[in-house]
Amino acid sequence: MSYSVKVIDHYENPRNVGGFDKDEEGVGTGMVGAPACGDVMKLQIKVGQDGVIEDAKFKTYGCGSAIASSSLVTEWVKGKTVEQALEIKNTQIAEELALPPVKIHCSILAEDAIKAAVADYKKKHSE
Amino acid sequence: MKLPIYLDYSATTPVDPRVAEKMIPYLTEKFGNPASRSHSFGWEAEAAVEEAREQVAALVNADAKEIVWTSGATESNNLAIKGAANFYGATKGKHLITVKTEHKAVLDTMREMERQGFQVTYLDVQENGLIDLEVFKAALRPDTCLVSVMFVNNEIGVVQPIAEIGEICREKGVLFHVDAAQATGKVAIDLDKLKVDLMSFSAHKTYGPKGIGALYVRRKPRVRLEAQMHGGGHERGFRSGTLATHQIVGMGEAFRIAREEMAEENARIGKLRDRLLKGLSDIDCVYVNGDLEQRVPHNLNISFAYVEGESLLMAIKDLAVSSGSACTSASLEPSYVLRALGRDDELAHSSIRFTIGRFNTEAEIDYAVKLLHQKIGKLREMSPLWEMVQEGIDLSTVQWAAH
Amino acid sequence: MFAPVYLDHNATTPMAAPVLEAMLPFLQGQYGNPSSRHEYGRAARRAVDMARQQVAAAVGCHPTEVIFTSGGSEANNLFLKGAAAGFRHPGVLAVSAIEHPCVRNTARQLERQGWQLLELPVDGNGRLEPAGLVKALSAGARLWSVMLANNETGLIQNVAAMAEQVRAGRGWFHTDAVQALGKMAVDFRLLNQAGVHALTVSAHKIHGPKGAGALILDKRVELTPLIAGGGQERGLRSGTENVAAIVGFGVACELALARLEGLSVRLFALRTRLEAGLQRLGARIFAADGMRLPNTSYFAFADLDGETLVGKLDRAGFAVASGAACSSANPEPSHVLQAMGVPEQLSRGAVRVSLGAETSEENIDQFLGALETTVSSLKNLTALSR
Repeated sequence: MSYSVKVIDHYENPRNVGGFDKDEEGVGTGMVGAPACGDVMKLQIKVGQDGVIEDAKFKTYGCGSAIASSSLVTEWVKGKTVEQALEIKNTQIAEELALPPVKIHCSILAEDAIKAAVADYKKKHSE
Repeated sequence: MKLPIYLDYSATTPVDPRVAEKMIPYLTEKFGNPASRSHSFGWEAEAAVEEAREQVAALVNADAKEIVWTSGATESNNLAIKGAANFYGATKGKHLITVKTEHKAVLDTMREMERQGFQVTYLDVQENGLIDLEVFKAALRPDTCLVSVMFVNNEIGVVQPIAEIGEICREKGVLFHVDAAQATGKVAIDLDKLKVDLMSFSAHKTYGPKGIGALYVRRKPRVRLEAQMHGGGHERGFRSGTLATHQIVGMGEAFRIAREEMAEENARIGKLRDRLLKGLSDIDCVYVNGDLEQRVPHNLNISFAYVEGESLLMAIKDLAVSSGSACTSASLEPSYVLRALGRDDELAHSSIRFTIGRFNTEAEIDYAVKLLHQKIGKLREMSPLWEMVQEGIDLSTVQWAAH
Repeated sequence: MFAPVYLDHNATTPMAAPVLEAMLPFLQGQYGNPSSRHEYGRAARRAVDMARQQVAAAVGCHPTEVIFTSGGSEANNLFLKGAAAGFRHPGVLAVSAIEHPCVRNTARQLERQGWQLLELPVDGNGRLEPAGLVKALSAGARLWSVMLANNETGLIQNVAAMAEQVRAGRGWFHTDAVQALGKMAVDFRLLNQAGVHALTVSAHKIHGPKGAGALILDKRVELTPLIAGGGQERGLRSGTENVAAIVGFGVACELALARLEGLSVRLFALRTRLEAGLQRLGARIFAADGMRLPNTSYFAFADLDGETLVGKLDRAGFAVASGAACSSANPEPSHVLQAMGVPEQLSRGAVRVSLGAETSEENIDQFLGALETTVSSLKNLTALSR
């Protein structure tokens, strides 16, 4: 498998690896994928009072493209409002990382992770 | 140290320099077609082919007349199974037995036989990768024509009980084919004692060239085959096509070296494998796949739990290893061999096959151990599964949002 | 020591130096399995892909139409059996009467499996009789195999014209171009447009290594593979690729293409010189009035046994053939000459001289000298024994 330069960069120097306390105020946690499928992504966002994502962290079990996709979205969501974060599409991720067709599912998973994290955040704040 | 370090000797081996040296004259001045009967170029090539046939036979204690050249073990497996089933199917019956962990060359051929009206039993293996002889016996039927079991598994290196299976087959009058592509030079093979009727060999897994293999076809009691490749009637009609002299000479030399050096070499390689295993055993949650005793010394197949195999391969790109067998690793499917051992998909996805060979050194093994420690640590830091396990969560109770 | 002169290039050829040079790294440090994903494997894969392009360029096809096999025999078996398996019921199979044993015997195997085999007859020069073609067409033949150039006589068939005619039927048309490649222009694209669906080539007949060949295949033909397994060659030919030989095949194709024009002119001149000498000695040259490969001369002397003659020539230092390499072991007279209607007495005298890139004018003259001596001594013997 040949990876793009950007995938290799994110894989070798992943941005924002780690996590927040999921019970903390303003933290939304999304976990998508399944071990049997070969990918699990955990994406966490920390949202400020103004609804802007201040920070994001991830942990990913998966191939290089899955790690790169999640690393990339932690960078992209920072500074965006939760609504803006939801506008990130898998095609943008795939394009940015030049993912081959067999790896498109990684970008879909990353998009799903954003949605799941935002949904978790919203759920907490509607209560 | 040359990087990447080659630890994939079950995918293919380098040609031993002594083998290459013997081949080269047959690529230059001794270029005759062994089938040319009218001049010295042809006779010289034919003599070289026959000497190599003796060398191949000698490694497995067979008669040179029982060796048929093919283009490789894949063709040998096809010829053995299709050739015997087509020849004997009408009289012996249309039932075949094989094992779920066989190489694709056997499994795909069996599928083809099913399309031709044969019934095939695919035996399960035990958790250690070995056949349960009682299960095997129970699978035999009055109409069983042929049994095909590999000697040494390509992914996990386990050695099947070929002698015992052979005895049972002979007693029942069932033909027995053995794919020995991964066995030559690694386990002693004595076809005078083993009740094996057909055995497949490959040169490029035993430091010979690619593109050449052989099929052993027993003469006493005589085994017959329907040829799968027709033409000039080479190889006593079993397999037509111009013989590639240089490749045959290379296989002969490679098998000669294997016969003379295997005892010493296996001891050395076994030590390297043990060094690798010991070096990795202090990493948490690693599992060896396949029986450690009934196994060739070259192979170590390990699952590193909570780390995904492809990202691990990427992390250890200084090591040339494989996850799953070479022929299937282009697909994202977890290894069917590991699945047959009952490993769950997650552990199957996290497996790495290390196969050690003639040219590996202690320093290379130590480098590999150090690198793996480093990279497994890094990937687990990044793994949400590892984090959950550290928190005491049983992953099997988690409801995954499958996609 | 005096080195024998090799004049049996239709049996096999010595390898060209650049071919060996290209192969050696793959018998040494670059030993990866093309299916492996690490750098060793990827390097091997790139080498195979490169060779595929070189072969495609030499035969005028797309690289994805090249299926590597272990040689010409396998490629011929693969096409005939593989395409036959694609038909629900066995039908009529038409092959020329002068095919190589690997086509003839494969066709006979299909006959045992229920196919009706029609042998297409040839005329005195080995050219296919148009009437035979018409007959096979009206019999509804579904599979056709006619060789582009014959290995014994060197006769070239107008395969494109036949395929055009056959196209009216609904069959697959194959041509064995093993002997043609490197000695005449072979253009799969043109042949394919005329209705040829598959073509066989081999490395060791064009100064490449033994152990590599290819089937060039129109993808509309659905083939059942002969060898199942790891799924290499788009699933049509499983088994670890013979990387070194494939690389050698690629380079041999490149060389063959580059020197075709000059070589064929040179070979033709040498053969003309040879045959002038043969005629002076009273030899009967087979297929002399047909369009032939420029390197092949097949002849006989009345009352002289071919086996004896080539044996004496070998001792005199000249390697020539008494028949096709593969069937030299059997004492049957050539089926090609039989099909051409050559009397058995004369065909037992058949000798094939096939020239190659390294053959010189001096070689021809030396050969003619040796032949003259041998023939006259044998004739004296024959005369004495009478």
